[in-house]
Amino acid sequence: MPVEKAQEALIPQISMKNLNFYYGKALALKNINLDIYKGHVTAFIGPSGCGKSTLLRTINRMYDLYPGQHAEGQLIVDGKNILDKGVDTIELRAKVGMVFQKPTPFPMSIYDNIAFGVRMHEKLSRNQMDDRVEWALTKAALWTEVKDKLNAPGTGLSGGQQQRLCIARGVAVKPQVLLLDEPTSALDPISTMRIEELIHELKRDFTIAIVTHNMQQAARVSDFTAYMYLGEMVEFGKTDEIFIKPKDKRTEDYITGRMG
Amino acid sequence: MNESHKQGRFGDWLFFNLTRAFAVLTLSMLVGVVISLTWSAWPSIKEFGFGFLTSSEWNPPAERFGALVPMYGTIVTSLIALVIALPISFGIALFLTELSPTWLRRPLGIAIELLAGIPSIVYGIWGLLVFAPIFGQYVQPLIGGTLGKLPVIGSLFSGPSLGIGILAAGIILAIMIIPFITSVMRDVFELVPPMLKESCYGLGGTTWEVVWKVVLPYTRVGVIGGVMLGLGRALGETMAVTFVIGNASLLSNFSLFMPGNSITSALANEFAEASPGLYTSALVELGLILFVITFIVLTCSKLLLLSLEKQSGKS
Repeated sequence: MPVEKAQEALIPQISMKNLNFYYGKALALKNINLDIYKGHVTAFIGPSGCGKSTLLRTINRMYDLYPGQHAEGQLIVDGKNILDKGVDTIELRAKVGMVFQKPTPFPMSIYDNIAFGVRMHEKLSRNQMDDRVEWALTKAALWTEVKDKLNAPGTGLSGGQQQRLCIARGVAVKPQVLLLDEPTSALDPISTMRIEELIHELKRDFTIAIVTHNMQQAARVSDFTAYMYLGEMVEFGKTDEIFIKPKDKRTEDYITGRMG
Repeated sequence: MNESHKQGRFGDWLFFNLTRAFAVLTLSMLVGVVISLTWSAWPSIKEFGFGFLTSSEWNPPAERFGALVPMYGTIVTSLIALVIALPISFGIALFLTELSPTWLRRPLGIAIELLAGIPSIVYGIWGLLVFAPIFGQYVQPLIGGTLGKLPVIGSLFSGPSLGIGILAAGIILAIMIIPFITSVMRDVFELVPPMLKESCYGLGGTTWEVVWKVVLPYTRVGVIGGVMLGLGRALGETMAVTFVIGNASLLSNFSLFMPGNSITSALANEFAEASPGLYTSALVELGLILFVITFIVLTCSKLLLLSLEKQSGKS
């Protein structure tokens, strides 16, 4: 739901300044300047290959895993430029959670799927951990469905449940930011609806960046929308404005379906 | 139209029966081997009974035979090989799939596969002429002076440093099975969906946590398969072991420094000179025992997999 209280101070949680990203020598993100605001949902839309997912993967430095990929410029999360050399990616990724196109439950029980990430960063007693697992599963609107089978394998859940499990897993480590990379692209309409409702709930506690191919989804869930094309940030603004009266011709063409 | 249908149906029938015949052939060969081994070993089985398994006497002139020494040698050398090879192979596979710079992956991978292709007799002669002297001169005194001083396990590392012996054979076997276990592990590690690994990294996992908690559980069936492949090879390896194990049919103590004998090297060494009758029959029975050991190992691995499956289904 777009914010009516939009005039309240917007605090940037993530700021990108002159951000360039390279796959080897190929430039994939061109001079991106953008703020992602705290406690809001920012959607990234654009045709395939426009760099939306790449942008998301820069924020938690996931690209570090692959040789040859690198970023230049400034990407400030929590006051620090995370592209600097000495940045602790483990600490960064605890602050910036991610959910992927397809559900990726770990090969372990539902309980352990949630507790696993928490254990990597915090030492909790059994009771505290139980509470945390319940809290995270409740946040992800999954608790009532799985509370009687926490010891069942996470891979045995339905697709939609698995994806909510992955969201719960991300939420459990209490990150500041959640990155959702097309989180509903592999799900049926009902599951998609539940995840969208969930995003509304989650933005109270977390800053959310979502990449989506589905423009209605972007319109439904986000407060701000960025339209990207060929590695460039074409237009960024309040979701209402982008969808009702886009300033750029290319944005208008895309959202009215003349291009894609 | 109809005619070609008929032909096609006949082709299907033929193909089905042909492939079934091949499958049945494998089974009947297996049964045939068991029957013929048992048949040839019968005189020895009748003569010694279960005592064959517990007796360490191996005296061809007196026609007194027991399988304890070669059985012990086979099992212990294979266990040593597994204990050494498992962590090393895991480390290599882990390095190759997760840590190594891209340019190094291919040459390293090829080197591993080449190692697997070296004939076992080459390992044997290298083990006897190069490895064993160095091992006996430098490594064994070192182990004897440190581990050998400890209570209980010290007795495993006592005695003269001969170079050749059960420990040397175990180490040579380890070197031989490392490439097998490594390449299977590497192949299954590569099957893990990148997104699954990224999910774990995305939660702030270290490479160790990703491998230990996600990659390994995800690939456990393949990993155990690779380990069993290595173990099977270690149990059945003949030439390399024969060169370095020392071929001594006595079991005076449990020191791994002592020369011993394995089932396969006993067979290889003695078949030519065995007189027909009880001697030959005892050797065949050794072969039968090896067959049974391999079968037991295979069964254990299947049971292990089954229980792992149940575990992940419940817990």
